Amino acid sequence: MLQVSVYRFNPESDAAPQMQEYQVETGGKDLMVLDVLEMIKAEHDASVTYRRSCREGVCGSDGLNINGKNGLACITPLSDAVKKNKLVIRPLPGLPVVRDLVVDMSLFYAQYEKIEPYLQNNSPAPAIERLQTPEDRAKLDGLYECILCACCSTSCPSFWWNPDRFVGPAGLLQAYRFLADSRDQATDERLAKLDDPFSVFRCHGIQNCVNVCPKGLNPTRAIGHIRTMLLNRAA
Amino acid sequence: MVTQVTSFSRNGLSDWLIQRVSSLILLAYFLFIGVQIATGIDYNSWRALHDTTAMKVFTLLAIGAYVSHAWIGLWTVFTDYLTEYMLGSIGNVVRPVLQIAVVLALVVYAIWVIQVIWG
Repeated sequence: MLQVSVYRFNPESDAAPQMQEYQVETGGKDLMVLDVLEMIKAEHDASVTYRRSCREGVCGSDGLNINGKNGLACITPLSDAVKKNKLVIRPLPGLPVVRDLVVDMSLFYAQYEKIEPYLQNNSPAPAIERLQTPEDRAKLDGLYECILCACCSTSCPSFWWNPDRFVGPAGLLQAYRFLADSRDQATDERLAKLDDPFSVFRCHGIQNCVNVCPKGLNPTRAIGHIRTMLLNRAA
Repeated sequence: MVTQVTSFSRNGLSDWLIQRVSSLILLAYFLFIGVQIATGIDYNSWRALHDTTAMKVFTLLAIGAYVSHAWIGLWTVFTDYLTEYMLGSIGNVVRPVLQIAVVLALVVYAIWVIQVIWG
């Protein structure tokens, strides 16, 4: 029997959050953490609340703190997460809890909105599409794959301390995705909005973001590229 | 509310660059002083070393680097941990008071060093 400890909190009725214990029979299978949550919900307690959708690591809904490390419940196997037959599941750290494992991601989305995550190009649109060379297209690899699950930003101490001013690893990865795009013409305007002491420069290179990204992306490297672009622009 | 008004240069890129350049100057200075001490010095040779213009410039450069490095570093620490978000409204009192204390101490150090090497 797997010992599962789940963070429970209903702000409408509970004075404080608490951890609730469950014994889950996995039948010796190497299930995903999401499967265990589904089993708890179906067999033990239907009131356990969490987000989920695609259950295959594409939608980014079920970002959770699993045995102390952020990750997607649907693609984290028990063999990777469980230590001493114990599984501790908490909501993503640093964001307000709506209920149980569901967090309010408004701050995270506000930072994403701040970097204007869309192509800006005022030249007349060509008949079919704006073409890129294969080399220019390759510059977007490792950037466009982000699914905005918030595992990285909510593992970042700088984002915990300044979630209203520091854009955070997810937002900055996307900022660089548009700075690196050969079709985007707003490079200078984008950089001008990033050179204050908070938006980019709160990154202290802790690299928790790199450690937890379920898609294997590297926000710290992207932030380094943004710094280089800011330096080149200023020089 | 935390703003950049009290940051050293009020610009993230500039603060970041100054932080790195000042650390190199401090490293060079402390290595140089360390080598002097390790190879053996007495009062007269120490005095003669610090009487040279080059050493006076180097020391001034080092104290300038020290002031800017400490200001930027501590400003970052204070605006991470001593905020309204972390401490409640008291954070908006504690942070500026500590920032002013740090800046005053750094200015006093700088004046003191200038007085020592030119006094």
